Amino acid sequence: MDPGWLTTGLILLPVAGALVVWILPLRPFAVGSTALLFALAEVALWIDAAARFDFGQGGLQLAQQQSWFSDLDVSYHVGFYGFSMWLVGMTVIVLAAAIGYAVWAGRERPRAYYGLMLLLTGAIVGVFVAEDLLLFYVFWEAMLVPLYFLVGVWGGAGRLRATLLFVIYTMAGSLLMLASIIVLGLSQGTFDLVESGTNGSDWIFLGFVAAFAVKAPIFPLHAWLRDTYRESSAEVSAVLSGVVSKVAAYGFLRIAIAKFPGPTADLRTPILVLAACGLVYGSLVAFRSPDLRGVIAYSSLAQMGLITLGLFAVNDLGLNGAVLQMVNHGLISATLFLLAGAIERRTTTGELGALGGMARGRPALATVLMATGVIALAVPGSAAFAGEFAILAGVFRTGWGYALVGAAAMVLAAMYMLRLISAVLHRSPGPSVTEAALDLRPAELTVIVPLVALLVVLSAWPAAITERSFASAPQIPNKGSVIATTEAGQLLMLSKELAERGQSP
Amino acid sequence: MILALDTPQIDWAALAPPLALLAAGGANLLVAVLVPRGDRRVVAAYVGLVGFAGALVAAAILFDQSPDGHGVIADAIQRDRLGALTAMIVAGSGILAIGASYREPMSDSHIAEYYALLAWAGAGMTFLATAGNLMTLFLGLEWFSISLYILCAIDRELVGSLEAGLKYLIVGGFGSAMLLFGSALVYGATGALEFHRIAQVVQQQGLSDDALLVTGLALLIGGLGFKASAAPFHMWTPDVYEGAPTPVTAFMSAATKAVALVLMLRVLVTAFPQEARLWTVTVAAIACASLAVGNLAALVQRSVKRMLAYSSISHAGFMLIAIAANNALGARALLYYLIPYCAMSVGAFAVVAARERELNRPVTLDNLAGFGWERPLLGVSMVAFMLGFAGFPLTGGFVGKFYVFSAAYETGWTWLVIVGVAATAVSLYYYLGVIRAMYFRPSEELQLAPVVGGSPAPERALQTAVAAALVVTVGSFFAVQPLIDAAKKAASSLLF
Repeated sequence: MDPGWLTTGLILLPVAGALVVWILPLRPFAVGSTALLFALAEVALWIDAAARFDFGQGGLQLAQQQSWFSDLDVSYHVGFYGFSMWLVGMTVIVLAAAIGYAVWAGRERPRAYYGLMLLLTGAIVGVFVAEDLLLFYVFWEAMLVPLYFLVGVWGGAGRLRATLLFVIYTMAGSLLMLASIIVLGLSQGTFDLVESGTNGSDWIFLGFVAAFAVKAPIFPLHAWLRDTYRESSAEVSAVLSGVVSKVAAYGFLRIAIAKFPGPTADLRTPILVLAACGLVYGSLVAFRSPDLRGVIAYSSLAQMGLITLGLFAVNDLGLNGAVLQMVNHGLISATLFLLAGAIERRTTTGELGALGGMARGRPALATVLMATGVIALAVPGSAAFAGEFAILAGVFRTGWGYALVGAAAMVLAAMYMLRLISAVLHRSPGPSVTEAALDLRPAELTVIVPLVALLVVLSAWPAAITERSFASAPQIPNKGSVIATTEAGQLLMLSKELAERGQSP
Repeated sequence: MILALDTPQIDWAALAPPLALLAAGGANLLVAVLVPRGDRRVVAAYVGLVGFAGALVAAAILFDQSPDGHGVIADAIQRDRLGALTAMIVAGSGILAIGASYREPMSDSHIAEYYALLAWAGAGMTFLATAGNLMTLFLGLEWFSISLYILCAIDRELVGSLEAGLKYLIVGGFGSAMLLFGSALVYGATGALEFHRIAQVVQQQGLSDDALLVTGLALLIGGLGFKASAAPFHMWTPDVYEGAPTPVTAFMSAATKAVALVLMLRVLVTAFPQEARLWTVTVAAIACASLAVGNLAALVQRSVKRMLAYSSISHAGFMLIAIAANNALGARALLYYLIPYCAMSVGAFAVVAARERELNRPVTLDNLAGFGWERPLLGVSMVAFMLGFAGFPLTGGFVGKFYVFSAAYETGWTWLVIVGVAATAVSLYYYLGVIRAMYFRPSEELQLAPVVGGSPAPERALQTAVAAALVVTVGSFFAVQPLIDAAKKAASSLLF
């Protein structure tokens, strides 16, 4: 069988799951289990795909192509590169966890809900594997529709405003991207991402950047972030901040940087400056946020700034670090949002002032939150540390100022994360924390512990991703070489080696 | 002396689609007198359905059998694939509209006449689609317009129906007069009636800057603009769409627009190629005006029918971009765009009709609350139609917009692409507003008085029509290649 079917299968399996859930008249409980089954089958399918993928070989793998309409040379073209394999893996795992959490928490109108979650899975996987510009846009938009419903129907009291902001921001960006896609595709004569060459137009580049910068989000386009992350149910927030934001980072890497070497070089400075601003601003606001979700939402803004720094450093260290950090942050953010959801269910509030003292008598919650928090604040030895260090080392070669800002933000990360941990777990019990607030139940642990376990594995072995992302990759023009020429660079290379040697098994 | 009268050879096959519909209309007049009142509704609907289905089949055969376009009946009409494809679109819209009409609460006394007029309107449109000279152009236009004037006013018990008919008659009469005057001026300038002869004469005599001809051209564009409800000729649209019985609105919004736009393309490209530098800019300007007026006015509507009326104005704008592009890609884009657009338009109005009959009052965004959950099929279809109008993927509306923008870019009009993209962004607000109303707000907010006798049973005919429209909307996204091939063949009848 053509191995490309595996890629198509990864898109179609969740879509088929969605149709099954929508059409078959299942009982509410059976609906959740069926959806979870499909999500787990999707994870298994991904493991199969990863096992067949040759991380040492260059070029697109597990590819499949079928003409869609020939007069403009648009085709259904999908395939995997090294880094997209990791991002898809993170996606299917986080979505499975999110669906599992929803099954445990229980949602009204389950058939519609789980169908949309599965549809979302298929659309996100599609974005990561699309190798045709128009197909990329199709999946990109297809992703928005289930999200719109998931936030708008099952969200909190402010959901109408939240969805309006979310959709207006995202669509404004997306439509600029559509204009760019049309101009780029027609000027190249093909919409195929693999076949098409590079382009030098700043305007087309900015169209793409607008879409990605809104979705990520990049400071100052983050106005939708707070409302959306707060009004969504916990697992949808987990998917939004964990996975959907990575789609934007992937877009930077796969299209903006790989197809526009000239504009990337021209406009790198403003983008890096905005990313650095977002990093500091997000960290500061996270530190001052009065509630759990605010902290996680703004830390997400900060982390996306950091990832963008790594990407637009455009060198091996930065890119590898960025991909590792995308996976890390996907897992961390999803775990934190699910934990926030678990805490809110017990205390009916996410206000940090009303929480506190939850460590006493709740060892599982305390352990999991502590572990995730410690990894999130990039304690040396953690996966996040490896990612952030590589990013900072990479961006140092572009300008030491960015690395300095990044290092400062790492300190801020420690501050807001420790504040969160202590506000929830330590101090005296807050007014909303009663004896009725139980420890994490086995079902919740089954959902959350695997995510934390994966983070621990990545902490022990970050090279699993950093050394297996770019052997198979599209050509990235004018990428800076890793060979350090300055003394400072040599020092950094040395320290990177030391760091990796210290962590590798 | 015997007076020898030359009668032209008549190609009956080329006339088959309008003939099938004419026959169905005539049969329905017999139904009105011969069939007892109790059975009339069913029989009349089936006769109308057979007429439209016959026209569809005839047009499909005609499409297959006419690879080389040529004039027939003394070049009065064109037998080509462009006309055949348009006739297929009109007939398809008619079939869907009959599904939506079936349970329309209208008094039984005029029901057969209703279907007769619907068939005749369709006949006029399929005839107009093949028009080859200025006479048949005007004849076809008046033929379907008069049928539609009556259809708008046919439901005397419906508040606003008569008013809608009168408004349409007066404003539509004005539009027809413009068209007729324009035709007269063009004939006066060139002495030719046939579209291709006009182009020949203009070229031979170097008339392309002739004041008479250019004025005539402007009036022709205006006259067709009325029927396509493009701004600034759109004033009648919201009132008429709102006041007319909803199934009539559904048919009108799809088929009239389709045929008016195709005719505009045919006339401009065939008769006025030398004036392209004038009319491309004019059409582009009309497109921009339609996009602006339609989108901005739709933002503030509460009545769903009015909102859809403004949305149809804005879609006229999108399709005019394709005409303004004046290239083969643009023609293809227009013909492709019409297929999902007509399905979405009839489908959306059919859903509105269903809700109207449930509530027995005009549908607003407020009383749509909870509708999506109560009627899953209609709700999901409406979501697809709205997303399709807004140009979301997984609907043909996306591919249509993509083609339209591509055509504009190919002409070198990137600014027009930007205008189109901006208009799409604005349109999201009101299209998603319908979805928000149907799904995000619980129906308890409504506090409706219960309908006497409970809400009506689901209507199978209407649901089938909506489901068919859904299949076309989504199917045209996946099956782009065959549809675009058909559009390409049809567009090759023109001079590109």
